[in-house]
Amino acid sequence: MIRVVLPAHLRVLARTGSEVELDVDGEVTQSSVLDALEERYPMLRGTIRDHGTGRRRAFIRFYACENDLSHDPPDAPLPDAVVRGAEPFLVVGAMAGG
Amino acid sequence: MSGVRVLVGTRKGAFILTSDGRRERWEVSGPHFGGWEIYHVTGSPADPSRLFAAQSTGWFGQLIQRSDDGGATWTPVGNEFRYEGETGTHQWYDGTPHPWEFARVWHLEPSATDPDTIYAGVEDAALFRSSDGGTTWRELPGLRGHGSGSSWQPGAGGMCLHTIVLHPEDPARMYAAISAAGVFRTDDAGQTWQPANRGLRSGGIPDEDAEVGHCVHRIALHPARPDTMYMQKHWDVMRSDDGGGSWREVSGDLPSDFGFPIAVHAHEPETIYVVPIKSDSEHYPPEGRLRVYRSRTGGDEWEPLTNGLPQRDCYVNVLRDAMAVDRLDSCGVYFGTTGGQVYVSPDSGDTWSPIVRDLPAVLSVEVQTLS
Repeated sequence: MIRVVLPAHLRVLARTGSEVELDVDGEVTQSSVLDALEERYPMLRGTIRDHGTGRRRAFIRFYACENDLSHDPPDAPLPDAVVRGAEPFLVVGAMAGG
Repeated sequence: MSGVRVLVGTRKGAFILTSDGRRERWEVSGPHFGGWEIYHVTGSPADPSRLFAAQSTGWFGQLIQRSDDGGATWTPVGNEFRYEGETGTHQWYDGTPHPWEFARVWHLEPSATDPDTIYAGVEDAALFRSSDGGTTWRELPGLRGHGSGSSWQPGAGGMCLHTIVLHPEDPARMYAAISAAGVFRTDDAGQTWQPANRGLRSGGIPDEDAEVGHCVHRIALHPARPDTMYMQKHWDVMRSDDGGGSWREVSGDLPSDFGFPIAVHAHEPETIYVVPIKSDSEHYPPEGRLRVYRSRTGGDEWEPLTNGLPQRDCYVNVLRDAMAVDRLDSCGVYFGTTGGQVYVSPDSGDTWSPIVRDLPAVLSVEVQTLS
């Protein structure tokens, strides 16, 4: 079970609590986790990754295990602690704008 | 009894203001979508319970929300705005080619007859249509693909398609206004487009009467006389009597002909409203006095409307989508400011009062007249 923590505005949009639990088929990567997230909550499509390119939106960050994974390849395996469900995968709105 | 529902988009959410036909006592609902920029909220003339909101932030991009119960509850619908075909380029601020890149929806224009059909004007400038209540969107690429498209350049607010006017009688004709390209007209339901800027003169472009390149801020028409159109340009208030075929200046005795919105009285096709702003760099009223100007002659001769509006120390702006009229017998006029006030005049502009004073900066105001 993969744990995903969403920023407040996306929790409101998805009508969910602070933490979402997802089953992810195959290798656990940013892409597979976000695919599973958007499958469960289709209203989140386009809010984390750009519709056309599939790339992370500029002011979104991905953290896990006290590391910034935002610039890692989307298909790189996530840390084992995330895969085991010991640590959450954090989707964060960057400190920018107002 | 008749009433009105005022739909307000702000920098940090949407608000819905309702009143009976007297327009004296108001209920305020909101913020809806708190924290998000709401560029526009509007209702379907064919089904007034159906509302649409354009919701965005820099963090999470664009969403479209739809309500089918007059704004009590909302559901996110389609938010994929994909340009058709080869993306191509327009000019960037420095004159270099820049790929078309979707940023946000500025304006939503529902069909007058079909509650499932709605148009969206977006930045970078393009026109999209949904025929399934906002679930899916398709570009009408003939506009962006107009031969001049590669020369279009953004205004200071971005290269936005901010105004969509649907002809009230001819479903094949519509108008789109783009900053800073100008007005375009289609007579085949959006397949092909022609510039409709003859007569415009803009000092800030190399060829001041060029076919395209004008920073048109807003256009409007009265449904009873659709060939007469009005325009607030970056500078200049303009009028066309041939469906945008040619324009003439009607700024007349305005204290400044810079401004953003322009609106037409619900029952008097020659009565129009503008809010003069001091200049393109000083986006506030001349002399710190907030005045709506009304012309009852379709332009040229203007009168200031001040009763109930602040006449000292007022330095707010009124943005292009932030003025509207209702259709009650005594026509109501409404506008919102960047200072968060929404004003109403229930008597065609003679007297004004604030409905609310302290909202976030107002981006858009629409009014539904309810029976």
